[in-house]
Amino acid sequence: MPTFQTMKPPRIGALLFGLIPFLGVCFTVPLWDRVFPLVLGLPFNLFWLIAWIPLTSLCLWGAYRLQSRAKE
Amino acid sequence: MSPSLVSLAIIFSIVLIGAITGIYAGLRREMNLEQWTVAGRGFGLIFTWLLAAGEIYTTFSFLGASGWAYSRGGPTLYIIAYGMLAYAVGFFILPDIWEVGRRFVLHTESDFFQQRYQNKYLAALVAIVGVVFIVPYLQLQLTGLGIIVEVASFHAISRPVAMVIAFVIVAGFVFSSGIRAVAWVSVIKDVLMLLAAFSIGIFIPYHYFGGIRPMFAALTQAKAAHLTMPGGTSNMGHAWYISTVLLTALGFYMWPHGFGSVFTAKSGNTLRRNAMIMPLYVTTLPLLFFVGFTAILVIPGLKNGDLALLTLVRQTFPPWFLGLVGGAGALTAMVPAAVMILTAATLFAKNFFRPLFRPSMPDAAVTRLAKLMVIVITGVALYFAIYSSTTLVGLLLLAYAGVTQFFPGVVLGLYWKRVTTAGVFAGLIAGVAIASLLMFTHHDPFMGLNAGFLALCINLATTVMVSLTTSIQPSGLEQEPAEGVVAVSAS
Repeated sequence: MPTFQTMKPPRIGALLFGLIPFLGVCFTVPLWDRVFPLVLGLPFNLFWLIAWIPLTSLCLWGAYRLQSRAKE
Repeated sequence: MSPSLVSLAIIFSIVLIGAITGIYAGLRREMNLEQWTVAGRGFGLIFTWLLAAGEIYTTFSFLGASGWAYSRGGPTLYIIAYGMLAYAVGFFILPDIWEVGRRFVLHTESDFFQQRYQNKYLAALVAIVGVVFIVPYLQLQLTGLGIIVEVASFHAISRPVAMVIAFVIVAGFVFSSGIRAVAWVSVIKDVLMLLAAFSIGIFIPYHYFGGIRPMFAALTQAKAAHLTMPGGTSNMGHAWYISTVLLTALGFYMWPHGFGSVFTAKSGNTLRRNAMIMPLYVTTLPLLFFVGFTAILVIPGLKNGDLALLTLVRQTFPPWFLGLVGGAGALTAMVPAAVMILTAATLFAKNFFRPLFRPSMPDAAVTRLAKLMVIVITGVALYFAIYSSTTLVGLLLLAYAGVTQFFPGVVLGLYWKRVTTAGVFAGLIAGVAIASLLMFTHHDPFMGLNAGFLALCINLATTVMVSLTTSIQPSGLEQEPAEGVVAVSAS
């Protein structure tokens, strides 16, 4: 019989997956905010951020898997 | 026909098709408060995605992002980063917000505060702060519409006149149809926006330089420093970047209209799956950056960077294509503007006016008052749009500095039993006061940090400290659910 429960904070593992993109595109900015080397013709900082678009989706997918497994 | 007539005719046809689609979608249903604001809570994955995309990809990303790429350079990159991170935040908190909304039949962000903290003054404060900081965001959309019509008409129609026209269209659109209309028009808008972004983002660098690679080769030779932070600014370095990305990523779903749209979803899981695919939508942003970067070399010296994209499109393409891009741009302003107005009007009537001044007001009267507020709020935004000259990104950051102050109240409210009404009250007031003070006295960035972020930190510290010194109180989230709501197993 399902019941109403209080909100549980997200699982630590899922939360860690969610934090990876923050490391990738936010806190590490001094490391990758540069023009050279150009990659695929793009300035390095722009290339770096574009590369993180699919990676962020991937990290959330990982978090989703962990979160769903926790439910079973 | 003159070029300006061709482009204007196409823009207005697109806007008209959008408006008719919206009004038609609204006509087929009876509009009560539940339908008008949350469409009966029946949106699945695709509609939720469209609605979210419709609200997020606004004229800000269209004109503002390319405009900042043109005038500021490197700091503009924050827009790509925060877009992605906002979904990561949403992934974790949205399903729980949705569950609370379902359990207690909530419509707005202010309803959430009322339910959690059981205090109508706090809920009213949240409502009014939400309405106040939606105004600059709305102003941004009206300014964007004004720019589009101004450039497309080859400056034959002045911007104030264009903004008045935009005001009439948007208000009429909201008036007649509510949120379901917005979701349908989002479909048209997204298709046009994607087509426009891809075609101009790839073609414009190709046309002038033979491709994106040679464009950047030329740009790095001429102005390499523009492409990293602080770029064309003196005070937007890495500390500014980190604090701005955090502020905007955390604040993204604190928008009253973003928060409210959570309740339109069919399930919490819909929202979680939605969050996984949303980052991919950010792909259009770099394309718009390319246009702004190309404009640096091709049309240097524009006073207002926000004009860069359209000016370059006008110079590169035939008038009918300018009309198409302008039409896409107009819809990207109209759709989010409609959602914002709808939310702000509902907040004012339902969460501010009724609980404080007329508790016995029936729902039908609340709906009528909300419709009146549609005109008032849009009128205020129109006034500011005509009389202020802030850049589009500047307006967005001002609005974010305000709405992100809800974050501690929402997240601590969900997961921390010890948070109290007094704590959230004190934190919210401190945060909004400091953010407003710093922004309006032009102290943003403050000591290299985003002023809104600084205010958020003080807000959080105040909320926690005051909560710990006031006596513990029961959470409204643990009350019996609303009548007729059944428990479901976690999905």
